[in-house]
Amino acid sequence: MGSRASTLLREEEIEEIKKETGFSHSQITRLYSRFTSLDKGENGTLSREDFQRIPELAINPLGDRIINAFFPEGEDQVNFRGFMRTLAHFRPIEDNEKNKDPTASEPLNSRTNKLLFAFRLYDLDRDDKISRDELLQVLRMMVGVNISDEQLGSIADRTIQEADQNGDNSISFNEFIKVLEKVDVEQKMSIRFLH
Amino acid sequence: MAELLGSSSVRSGRASFCLRVVGFVLLLVFAAAASASRDISNGTSKEPNPAREEDPHHRSNTTHHKKAFPVLSFNYEHVRTPFEISLWILLALLMKLGFHIIPRLSHVVPESCLLIFVGLLVGGIIKAIGEKPPILDSTLFFLYLLPPIILDAGYFLPIRPFTENLGTILVFAVVGTLWNAFFIGGMMYAVCQIEGTGLGGVDLLSCLLFGAIISAVDPVAVLAMFEEIHINELLHILVFGESLLNDAVTVVLYHLFEEFAHIGTVTVADAFLGVVCFFVVSLGGILVGAIYGILGAFTSRFTSHTRVIEPLFVFLYSYMAYLSAEVFHLSGIMSLIACGVMMRPYVEANISHKSYTTIKYFLKMWSSVSETLIFIFLGVSTVAGPHSWNWTFVVLTVILCFVSRMLGVVGLTYIINKFRIVKLTKKEQFIVAYGGLRGAIAFSLGFLLTNDKMKDMFLTAIITVIFFTVFVQGMTIKPLVDLLAVKKKKESKRSINEEIHTQFLDHLLTGIEDVCGHYGHHHWKDKLNRFNKAYVKKWLIAGERSTEPQLISFYNKLEMKQAIMLVESGSAAKLPSTLSSVSMQNIQPRAQPRGRIIPRISKGREEEIRKLLRANLQKTRQRLRSYSRHDLMIDPFEDNMSEVRFRKQRVEMERRMSHYLTVPANRQEAPPVRKVRFESGSVKVTVLLNLCRCLSIQMYNILFSCHVSSVLTSEAQADFLRGKKC
Repeated sequence: MGSRASTLLREEEIEEIKKETGFSHSQITRLYSRFTSLDKGENGTLSREDFQRIPELAINPLGDRIINAFFPEGEDQVNFRGFMRTLAHFRPIEDNEKNKDPTASEPLNSRTNKLLFAFRLYDLDRDDKISRDELLQVLRMMVGVNISDEQLGSIADRTIQEADQNGDNSISFNEFIKVLEKVDVEQKMSIRFLH
Repeated sequence: MAELLGSSSVRSGRASFCLRVVGFVLLLVFAAAASASRDISNGTSKEPNPAREEDPHHRSNTTHHKKAFPVLSFNYEHVRTPFEISLWILLALLMKLGFHIIPRLSHVVPESCLLIFVGLLVGGIIKAIGEKPPILDSTLFFLYLLPPIILDAGYFLPIRPFTENLGTILVFAVVGTLWNAFFIGGMMYAVCQIEGTGLGGVDLLSCLLFGAIISAVDPVAVLAMFEEIHINELLHILVFGESLLNDAVTVVLYHLFEEFAHIGTVTVADAFLGVVCFFVVSLGGILVGAIYGILGAFTSRFTSHTRVIEPLFVFLYSYMAYLSAEVFHLSGIMSLIACGVMMRPYVEANISHKSYTTIKYFLKMWSSVSETLIFIFLGVSTVAGPHSWNWTFVVLTVILCFVSRMLGVVGLTYIINKFRIVKLTKKEQFIVAYGGLRGAIAFSLGFLLTNDKMKDMFLTAIITVIFFTVFVQGMTIKPLVDLLAVKKKKESKRSINEEIHTQFLDHLLTGIEDVCGHYGHHHWKDKLNRFNKAYVKKWLIAGERSTEPQLISFYNKLEMKQAIMLVESGSAAKLPSTLSSVSMQNIQPRAQPRGRIIPRISKGREEEIRKLLRANLQKTRQRLRSYSRHDLMIDPFEDNMSEVRFRKQRVEMERRMSHYLTVPANRQEAPPVRKVRFESGSVKVTVLLNLCRCLSIQMYNILFSCHVSSVLTSEAQADFLRGKKC
C-alpha cells in the first residue's frame, strides 16, 4: 500500500481495486500488464513522459488534457490505483449495479460521474464553471489553426448562449448535464474492456 | 350545449363532404383502372382506334370522298401508355391525399393498410367488370419502384447510429435471416411429409426456397410502418438496417435454391460455393456502390457553374450503381446504400443549398410515390393472381414466420448482449421481433418463380403472410409501443452544444482507448477520419471547403439556416440575441452612452448576412436583362403576389434592422416566427422546371442538329459534286 513500488500485483490489491472500481479480475490483470508496459522506468508509477510516449496520444487534440486527468492535483506520478480509478469512469454501466446498494456512494462509472469527468476536462481552473475562455481553448484545440479568432469567438458565444440558463455567461455543471441529456452518454463514454 | 351540437354538426358536415370526395375519387379510380388494365395486362396493343385520321388523303384518293377538315379529332392510341401511367400515379396520390383528410382514420390505421385495402377494392371492381386486373410485374417492381425508396433510405441513413450498431445489425441480418429461412423451410418440409395434408409433392428444396423468400424482413414495409410510430433511434436503425442488409442473404439463398431446385441435389461443394457467393454478392455490391459514389462525389466537385443539373448527378450515379450491381446478380440494395452513404458527405460540401433541398425533396417525393404504388399494386395483385388455398400450408406459414422471428431475435440477442455496451432490454427485443414485417419484395420474388403447381400455393401463402404482418402487426404495433412505454424518438434539432461536446467526447474516448492499448470503435473511427481529412477530402471537395473542419461547416450550416429563416419570415427575431451577447462582450468597461452602440459581428457572418439580405431584398427592384435558363435568380413565371410580399417584407425588415442595430439590445424573447414555406416551395418548382426545360431543350437541340447536319452533309456533298462537274 502507499507509494511503495511493487512490480507484482498482490491479491489484496486486486480485491481492493475491484471493490473500488468494479472491474473484474481478468480486466484488472490485463490493464496491469498494459500499465507495466507503459512504465519504462519500472518504478511502479507513470509519469507524464510515459504517457506522451504513446504515439496516438500525441496527435490527439485533447492529448495533454487527457494525460493531466490521470494525475491527481499537483502530483507528477500516478500509481496503478490512480490509473484504474481514472479508467473506471469509462466502464459500461451495468443494470444490476443500480439495485445493489442505495446507501453506498455512486459508483465511478455512473452517468453523473462520467459527465463530471468530462466537465473537469473543460474546466481547468476548477471553479465549477466553463467560462468563455476555457471553451475557446478547447475549441481552438479541436479546430486547428486555420480558423480565425473571431469565428471561434462567435461559435463560443453561441454555445454559451444556448446552454446558459442563469445568465452568468458560463456553463455550470448542471447546465452541462442538461445540454447533454439527449446524448446517449452511457454508450458514448464507455469502453468495452475485454474480459 | 348548443356550441357542442353546432360544432359536431359542422364536423359531421365536413366528414360527409370528405366521404363524398373520396367516393368520387374512387369512381375515377375504377374508370381509369378499367382502361389501364387493358393495356398493362395484355402488353400488346389492341386494335387501333377506329377514329384515327392518319391517312385521310389515301382514303380520299381511293374513295373520291372529300372529307371536311377535322377540327377536333380523337387520337387516344398516341398517348395511351404515358397517359395511363400518369393517371394511375395521379389516382394513387389522390387516394393518399384522401386518407389524410379523413380525420380519424389515419390515426388508427397505418397508411400501408389503407393503400392495400384500396388496391383490393380496385382489383375487385376490375374483376367484377370482367377485365383482368394488372399484376405487380417483377421487372417494374425491381427496376422502377424499389430503387427510389432504397436510395431515399440510404442517402439519409443516420451514419452514426448505424455504424455504432453495425455488429448487431449484421448479426440480425445474416444469421437471423439464415435461421428464419432454414427453420421455416425445414419445418414446412417436415409437416408436408405428414400424411393427410395433401402436400406430399413439395420437396425439400422447394420448401427451402419458399423459406428463403419469406424469411427476409422488407425495408418498404418497415419504413412505412416505422414512419408513423416514431420509435427511438436505436430500434429504428436496428430493424431498418437489418431489412436493408439482409438483401444480400436473400439474393444468394434465392438463386442458390432456385438452381438446386432444378438440379435436385445438393453437395457439400455447392454449399461451400454458396457461402463464397454470399461474400461475393455482398462485398461486390458494396464495392460497386462505393465506386459510383466516389465518381459522383468527384463529379460534384466541378459543378459550380452548372448548379441546375447537380441533383441529377446524384440520382443517376445511384441508379447506375443499382443497375450495375443487378447486372452481375450482386446485391443491388447494398450497392445503392453504399453509393448514397459514400457520396453524401462530399456532395453536400460541394453543392449549393438549393440543390440540396432539391435532392432531399425529390427523393422523398419519389419514394413516397413508389411506396404508394407498391401497396396499391399489392392489393390489386391479390385479387388478380391465381390462388391455390391450402389451409394447412398457409396457416402453418403464418405461424412459423411469427414463431421463428421471435425465437431468432431472442436467441440472437442473448448472444449479442454479451458484446454490447448498452444491452437490449426485453421490451426492445420484442419490438424488434414484432417489427419484422414482410412485404412486396417477398411477393415479387415469389412471382419470379417458374411456373409449376406449387407456385400458386406459395404465392397465396406469401400474400397471406404479407397481409398478416402489415395489417395485424402494423395496426397493433402503435398501441403496443405505447403500452410497453418504449422510448420514443426525441424530436430535436442538433444544437451546436451537442456537436461540440460529441466531438469532444470522441477525442476523449479515442485518447483513453489509446492509453488502454485497446483498438476499439473510436480508434478506428479516428483513423478513418484522419485518412479522410488528409487524402480523400482534397480530391473530392472543391475549393477551400476541403480543409474546413467539421465543426466549422456545422456551425456555418446552422447560421445559414437561421439567416434563411430570418429572411423568409421577415422578422429579425434571432439576430438581436446573438448580437446582444456579442455586444455585451465587446462593450468596453468605460460607460457607453445609452444611445447608438453599433455591435461588432464577425466579418464572415456579416458578409453572409449582407449577401443574403441583398439577394432577397432587392429582388423587387432587379429586372432581368436577358433570360438564361441556367439562372435560378428570378423566374418570369413568378406571380405578382410574391412581389408584393417581398416588398412588404423589405419594409418590415428595414424597419426592424434599423431598430435593432441602433439600440443596445437586451436579451429578448424571440417573437413567434411565422414560417413562410412559399419561398422554398417556389425554389423547388423553379429548379424542377428549369431542370426539365434545360434537359428537354438540350435533347431537342442535339437531335435537331444531328438531323440538320445529316441533311446538310448530303446537300453539301450534292453541291460539291455539282460544283465539280461545273
